[in-house]
Amino acid sequence: MLAQLKPALVILGLMTLITGVVYPLAITGIAQVVFPDKADGSIREVNGQAVGSTLIGQANNDPRYFWPRPSAIGYNPLPSSGTNAGPTNATLAEMVKQRAAEIREANGLDAEAEIPADLLFASASGLDPHISPDAAKLQIDRVATTRGLDRQQVADLVEEYTEKPQLFILGQERVNVLLLNMALDKLGG
Amino acid sequence: MSALELVQIALYVGLLIVCTPLLGGYMAKVFSGQRNFMSPVLTPIENGIYKVSGVNASQEMDWKTYAVAMLLFNLLGFLVLFVIQLVQGSLPLNPENLPNVPTALAFNTAISFMTNTNWQSYAGETTMSYFTQMVGLAVQNFVSAATGIAIVVALTRGLARRTGQTIGNFWVDLVRAILYILLPLSIILALILVSQGVVQTFASYKDVTTLTGEIQHLPLGPAASQIAIKQLGTNGGGFFNTNSAHPFENPTPLSNFLQMFAILMIPAALTYTYGVMVGAKRQGWVIFGAMLLLFMVGLITMLAAEYSHNPVYGVAGVMEGKETRFGVANSVLWAESTTVASNGSVNSMHDSLSPIAGMIPLFNIMLGEVIFGGVGAGLYGMLIFVILTVFIAGLMVGRTPEYLGKKIEAREVKMAILAVLLPNACILLGAGLASVLDQALASRANMGPHGLSEILYAFSSAAGNNGSAFAGLNANVDFYNIALGIIMLIGRFGIIIPVLVIAGSMVSKRVSPPSPGTFPTDGGLFVGLLVAVVLIVGALTFFPALSLGPIVEHYLMQAGRIF
Repeated sequence: MLAQLKPALVILGLMTLITGVVYPLAITGIAQVVFPDKADGSIREVNGQAVGSTLIGQANNDPRYFWPRPSAIGYNPLPSSGTNAGPTNATLAEMVKQRAAEIREANGLDAEAEIPADLLFASASGLDPHISPDAAKLQIDRVATTRGLDRQQVADLVEEYTEKPQLFILGQERVNVLLLNMALDKLGG
Repeated sequence: MSALELVQIALYVGLLIVCTPLLGGYMAKVFSGQRNFMSPVLTPIENGIYKVSGVNASQEMDWKTYAVAMLLFNLLGFLVLFVIQLVQGSLPLNPENLPNVPTALAFNTAISFMTNTNWQSYAGETTMSYFTQMVGLAVQNFVSAATGIAIVVALTRGLARRTGQTIGNFWVDLVRAILYILLPLSIILALILVSQGVVQTFASYKDVTTLTGEIQHLPLGPAASQIAIKQLGTNGGGFFNTNSAHPFENPTPLSNFLQMFAILMIPAALTYTYGVMVGAKRQGWVIFGAMLLLFMVGLITMLAAEYSHNPVYGVAGVMEGKETRFGVANSVLWAESTTVASNGSVNSMHDSLSPIAGMIPLFNIMLGEVIFGGVGAGLYGMLIFVILTVFIAGLMVGRTPEYLGKKIEAREVKMAILAVLLPNACILLGAGLASVLDQALASRANMGPHGLSEILYAFSSAAGNNGSAFAGLNANVDFYNIALGIIMLIGRFGIIIPVLVIAGSMVSKRVSPPSPGTFPTDGGLFVGLLVAVVLIVGALTFFPALSLGPIVEHYLMQAGRIF
């Protein structure tokens, strides 16, 4: 048994060095040279000030902006979390009704209007940066009216910021809320 | 479901089939010690490691020595990881000044990563320093995966060799698995992941001022390097709390597809490696076929369940606990892949799946993580079932059971039964105990039958070394940290030791030529029998428990009941 002790100690040490130190340092080195923006969190700035990451959703209930999905953590990323509410959860059932009513009221929809599922349910991470194109379209009127912008102008912006499936087949259509809202601010109103 | 979603699933399965012989053939060369295209670069490094550590690479081990080496290596790995967590506050690379990890949590986490489970009672971004993640957790990601591969290679030799006493050298198998397989694939995957937006930096967390003027404190870290091996090594321990649902851990549909593919790539390819090493590729394909069949049945059931109408919420395709960039289909495909393999990473919250769609991942784990399974662990688990199937078939035709020309006798069958029963007993006894303890019950996030499902899932995940969770359950309490920690150990070594015993007893058996009474193990009939044995053992053991959890919840949901 003792014969195996030396190899156990030395190989654990060497593997810690190779896979725990050299490997992550090498990947970091390459990443910082080749993809510095991505490796550092895809941060976007406005007037030299960091306003967010394109990958991390933000809390927003200002009627001048497009709203994100519900979040278990109010978009506070420390730590990320979903609600973990199950399929027969009474609290969630109540919240879904309430959210539907609030969305209909805020966007001037009639009581029977269908609400896209992503606006009724919280994401897994609590930080989902996207909404579905339907969820964005539903908010166009409200945003345009509040900002005093032409409806078509806002609709065109939503169209422009609707991302297609990646490489034509992967994932589904989605709208990045932060990027859309930043473009909206450029448009003014 | 859209046509596009079907195309993505077809692409996934197609790529898995194509990749299996390519990677599997390469791995067969690596573990047979043949030269391969990586040899010019890696052989000098490999030999250097043997020299420094005093390993004689040409000296093989019997099963006992192999087991001692493996256990010693894992014990040391556990201790190092345990201590790193306990003192991380005094170690470098801790920009957020995270405190030392509490003892029970550190114990649970060290076992969890050493056993390739990667159950997480903690939230990475608020608990673990960059140092702990990188030098502690990620190292165990590599070595625990390599341990699993080494064990299955040893078992393969035991079955394949014409006669002998030794089953290989643990150190050689371990080092080769890391250098030739896990590390090169991780480097490639990590760099692609960074290109998609997975963070990889040592900078401290970043403050941003959002459009509405709030401060958001964004966690960062050397994530891509760790996530690559987390997927490839069927580890599954996330850098961030929500694992691959976190946009910094899995930012795009492409990163999602590749991470999902990385889960099954090595476990699937090992079936081909097995076929090559036992000298009959069909034997490998038969196992691959049985695995793929079970995989597809689970996937189709889940998709049907998740896309059907939920009368409680009035929606088909509930998006609770799912990310917009993945949608329902890719969330379900991931959940199926991560639970047939003992990976346990998630890109959606399994707790929020509809009852039947949540039951399939649970049942996948309960079947023993043998549908592709963990790297190495899945195949040696399935070979246990192969032995049982051969034994049962032997009883049916009234001949001495044989596999690959070697007789299956009492010792092997006893060990196989032990390896099946130990984790199953842990699941039922553990969940039973938790169901009557107030402290354990207080951790539930959902009431009604779903609360039982949360508890069942936790014990299954630990015993199957999976690591995913119905994460509403607050497992960071002493009861779960300690009970699940012990069960993870039993679920890992309670199978590995019987497997090595089988390897040791099979390797010394003489091979006899097939006779008219030999039951063929390389055809469709055997695939059917093997699948039936896996399902029957699982169903007989767990149907009563499942009927009290997800099955009754399904019917209550149909009736509109909420809790």
